[in-house]
Amino acid sequence: MRALTWHGKHDVRVETVDDPKIVNPRDLILKVTATAICGSDLHIYDSFIPSMMAGDVLGHEFMGEVVEVGPGLRGEGDNAPLRVGDRVVVPFNIACGACRPCKTGQFSGCDNSNPADKGDISEVAYGHAVSGIFGYSHMTGGYAGGQAEYVRVPYGDVGPVKVPDGLTDEQVLFLSDIFPTGWMAAENCGIEPGDTVAVWGCGPVGQFAIRSALLQGAAKVIAIDHHANRLALAKAAGAEVLNYHEVKVREALMELTGGRGPDSCIDAVGMEAHGFSPDNIADAAKAAVRLATDRTHALREVIMACRKGGHVSVPGVYGGITDKFPVGAFMEKGLTMKTGQTHTQKYMKQLLEMIEAGQIDPTFVISHRLPLEEAAEGYRLFKENQDEVTKVVLRP
Amino acid sequence: MPTDTDAPITPANLVKQPGGQTYVSRAITIDRPREELYAFWRNPKNLQRLMDNVERIDVIDERRSHWVVKGPAGADIEWDSLIVEDQPGRRIAWQADEGAQVANRGWVEFRDGPPGRGTEVHALIEYDAPGGVLGRLIAKLFQREPNTQTRRELRRFKQLMETGEITTSEGPRGAGRHEKKEA
Repeated sequence: MRALTWHGKHDVRVETVDDPKIVNPRDLILKVTATAICGSDLHIYDSFIPSMMAGDVLGHEFMGEVVEVGPGLRGEGDNAPLRVGDRVVVPFNIACGACRPCKTGQFSGCDNSNPADKGDISEVAYGHAVSGIFGYSHMTGGYAGGQAEYVRVPYGDVGPVKVPDGLTDEQVLFLSDIFPTGWMAAENCGIEPGDTVAVWGCGPVGQFAIRSALLQGAAKVIAIDHHANRLALAKAAGAEVLNYHEVKVREALMELTGGRGPDSCIDAVGMEAHGFSPDNIADAAKAAVRLATDRTHALREVIMACRKGGHVSVPGVYGGITDKFPVGAFMEKGLTMKTGQTHTQKYMKQLLEMIEAGQIDPTFVISHRLPLEEAAEGYRLFKENQDEVTKVVLRP
Repeated sequence: MPTDTDAPITPANLVKQPGGQTYVSRAITIDRPREELYAFWRNPKNLQRLMDNVERIDVIDERRSHWVVKGPAGADIEWDSLIVEDQPGRRIAWQADEGAQVANRGWVEFRDGPPGRGTEVHALIEYDAPGGVLGRLIAKLFQREPNTQTRRELRRFKQLMETGEITTSEGPRGAGRHEKKEA
């Protein structure tokens, strides 16, 4: 089959690789009909994610048709196992459904989805083995991803969600990651009536966080970025917008909130923050020589801007270490921080119903459509023109 | 019959011996009943699925099994293992017979976790490698690897008991410079 593989910094290629096979009893094989490039794929493209190996198949946002099922899929009644021909969308993270984290809805903390040998890397780096993610380095399992014609889906009885015939691929594809991620980011704000939520980063996750915060009852959402097109998308959703090239963000937020500061702040930027502030330039220099890995300018600004007693929500991806974390502001203002990879499986059905009911149309985020064969060009476009490119959908 | 029930080994009272013994201890919580986990572990044949470096385990009788492990430089290491303590649903202790190339013993315990938190599985394995060149190679294998092996074996045990399968990311990949060449 054809698949997009990683070979090094800014080097991805579409090449012919072996077809995936059923390996374990609860596996299924999917024929991919649509897949997308995620902002977090750019972290891999930029070589910010350790434990990548040349030849790894990328892609964790995908959907398609079940073409083969293993002999041991669990479930009955309403949860009957999927069958060949079913059309499904697949969560980006892999969860077994049987461990305590899965049983309590903390799917991204699944104890079992990272193979025994691969779990060593994160046990050393983070203190605990993290769960598996499709196409996202060997630290998260070394699974082949979905930017391919076919993909093996482990625990096929837990993650994939059947899609109603009336909905197009593009309407439901983002249930795989960015819509649930934006939704959980807003949920982690604990929004109450009258709340103002500020969102740093108007990329795809930020866009869904903005819409989710409004759907969850925020009185006002303020979106922060420097890309004009992305700010326009945020404005179209009903957010007030700040261009950090034009204003001092904290001061502007204080004015827009009557001197209180936002009740909740979402860092939808993550480890590769842009900008020319002194701390970010220092971070970039250290990251370049690997003294530190994560550029955390956005997170620092979030903590400084958030009101006393407010909530900080971090859907943005971080992978390593940082310094100059404003721990004093964090403590003295009594902030609460919630973060984590998304418990995608917990949200997919609820959000699918909202799409069916017309409460949100996720296709707004798509800017480019390319055949899988041109995936490498998609990465280049996304990397080099983040103003114009919000989401690239690939078709095998 | 030898038994160590009088002097239970715990990490707290184990001292690394000048002769080169080493031990590894580790715990994992599994969301299955104690009895089920004990029953799996009580049959040495089952353990083969969890262990990367084990070539073969032959059950000799109710308490004895013969182990063949991949050694350094392609040489296999073999020994007979004897279950010296058996508390159904709670604890199994074993040790290699006296003639073993690599003296080893260990135990595994199954303890109820806090309410609703499954079973805590605690394991301790102790090795004592022989002298000589082969001894040093074996020591390398058995003294550096046990941590890694034990960690992975307990993870596989949990995976198999909770999910019914051992997790793998086996799948397609492109031609990369790290790709193993087929012989």
